[in-house]
Amino acid sequence: MLDATLTPPRLPAAPGVGYKAQHFADLRAAPGPVKWLEIHAENYMGDGGRPHAQLRALRDEFALSVHGVGLSIGGEDRLDPDHLARLKHLVGWLEPASFSEHLAWSTHGAEFLDDLLPLPYTDATLTRVADHIDEVQETLGRRMLLENPSSYLAFAESTWSETDFLAELVRRTGCGLLLDVNNVFISATNLGYTPQSYIDAYPLAAVGEIHVGGHDEDEDDHGAPLLIDSHGREAAEPVWALLDHALAGTGPAPVLVEWDNDVPDWPTLRAEADRAALALSAVAAG
Amino acid sequence: MVATQTDFRAALLDPERAVPDGLIDGDGRPTTRRFAVYRNNVTVALIEALRTGFPVIQKLLGDQNFDQLARLFARAHPPTSPVMMHYGANLPAFLDAFKPLAHIGYLADVARLELALRRAYHAADAAPLDPARLGALAPEDLMRTQLHLTPSVQLLHSRWPIHDIWTYNTVANAPKPRGIAQSVLITRTEFDPEPHSITRAQFAWLTAIRDGATLEDAVDTATAEDPDFDLGPVLTLLVQHNALTDLTPPKE
Repeated sequence: MLDATLTPPRLPAAPGVGYKAQHFADLRAAPGPVKWLEIHAENYMGDGGRPHAQLRALRDEFALSVHGVGLSIGGEDRLDPDHLARLKHLVGWLEPASFSEHLAWSTHGAEFLDDLLPLPYTDATLTRVADHIDEVQETLGRRMLLENPSSYLAFAESTWSETDFLAELVRRTGCGLLLDVNNVFISATNLGYTPQSYIDAYPLAAVGEIHVGGHDEDEDDHGAPLLIDSHGREAAEPVWALLDHALAGTGPAPVLVEWDNDVPDWPTLRAEADRAALALSAVAAG
Repeated sequence: MVATQTDFRAALLDPERAVPDGLIDGDGRPTTRRFAVYRNNVTVALIEALRTGFPVIQKLLGDQNFDQLARLFARAHPPTSPVMMHYGANLPAFLDAFKPLAHIGYLADVARLELALRRAYHAADAAPLDPARLGALAPEDLMRTQLHLTPSVQLLHSRWPIHDIWTYNTVANAPKPRGIAQSVLITRTEFDPEPHSITRAQFAWLTAIRDGATLEDAVDTATAEDPDFDLGPVLTLLVQHNALTDLTPPKE
């Protein structure tokens, strides 16, 4: 269990965007409502050059969130000590306001599979994931946030609901949660439950950050809708509605717009941040 | 039935393999299309990483051929680290042994050049050497001095005109590649790596300097390649592109 006094300053309860190098100049000239940026940790694990220089410039103007996509917290293997050391180094010099990772696995043996892969929710996986979160929090000396996955399928062996699994992880490790409402909408559609019921069962008091983003639509073997987490377009209307529903429960929170593929020009991304600002102002006024 | 991560991984990278047991849709039915999403995600992500890392190879082969090559390479050599900026380091060796493209002999060395540009981009920062420190040395001391290259400096030699091929495919109106062997020096003046075509003697001199030789020993090595080797141009090139970070004068 983590010592709560180690928790660093939080991200502001304001819109943030996933940082892309092509927006560097625009972000500094006309950030609009954007008060913080999220970076993918693994993209800044080189030794220097432009990526590091941009972060050194941006951290004077924005709060930063480091979001890992390669730690494989849900993996059957032990955590990769080299990768954990790289994360410790990055978090050490950058001093971000937040560090987050995923309830997923991506490394198996010596291979990195470059996707967020699903795991069953059982007593055994619960213990293993909790141990991994403990190790991350002890190594980094800070509380981490864990993000709910976007699911395309389920495991017959699962005995826990995802929301109960996450709540128990919070209880055991003291970690916080990153609630991705786009992932909730995708998983709920794909697995046949209502996204509002997921939010209502979710441990909202532990939420330290919310994600919104875009998805694509496909069909499964039986012609049922199959939503794909693509981060390549504007967030869909029902995802914005779900953000409102989540914010009603959490109160004002840091809200990130994720757009990682077919990255648009700055005005298009900023319009999404404006929409997040509107949702936040409604909950602040409410 | 329980699907282990070993089963999951094996089926991910092998489309011929059956979907692991125990994976179901929301109604508890087995599902193929849903597993295919993960198969597709992994393949697309790895191909995309290779496109980003090898834009000139992609241009040389065309999109369709490149994607086929990338798919074969990714299945044979998935990444071994989550730090994807270095993914593809063994693509040149894969190309060397890849018979269907053996008729394009220069592909592997162009891939080596693209890898070297990536290494230069992500290399550690280093303050450039103040050229006045070179000027302050007496000529006899200068020749017995060791020069230290910045971490971003990369050196390559190929029996193919890799600098010309790279330039022809990245710079508008660049001249057509000549049918010659080429040596390349990559510098990073600030943030953007820049490949320079250098002579074989300059390559020999730079390699000796990189390996710790004094200026005069490096000149001897270069003169063995070309008796007319002139130290001035290559030294100027290094200073102008912030490629030197320090020097060690002779110990008296």
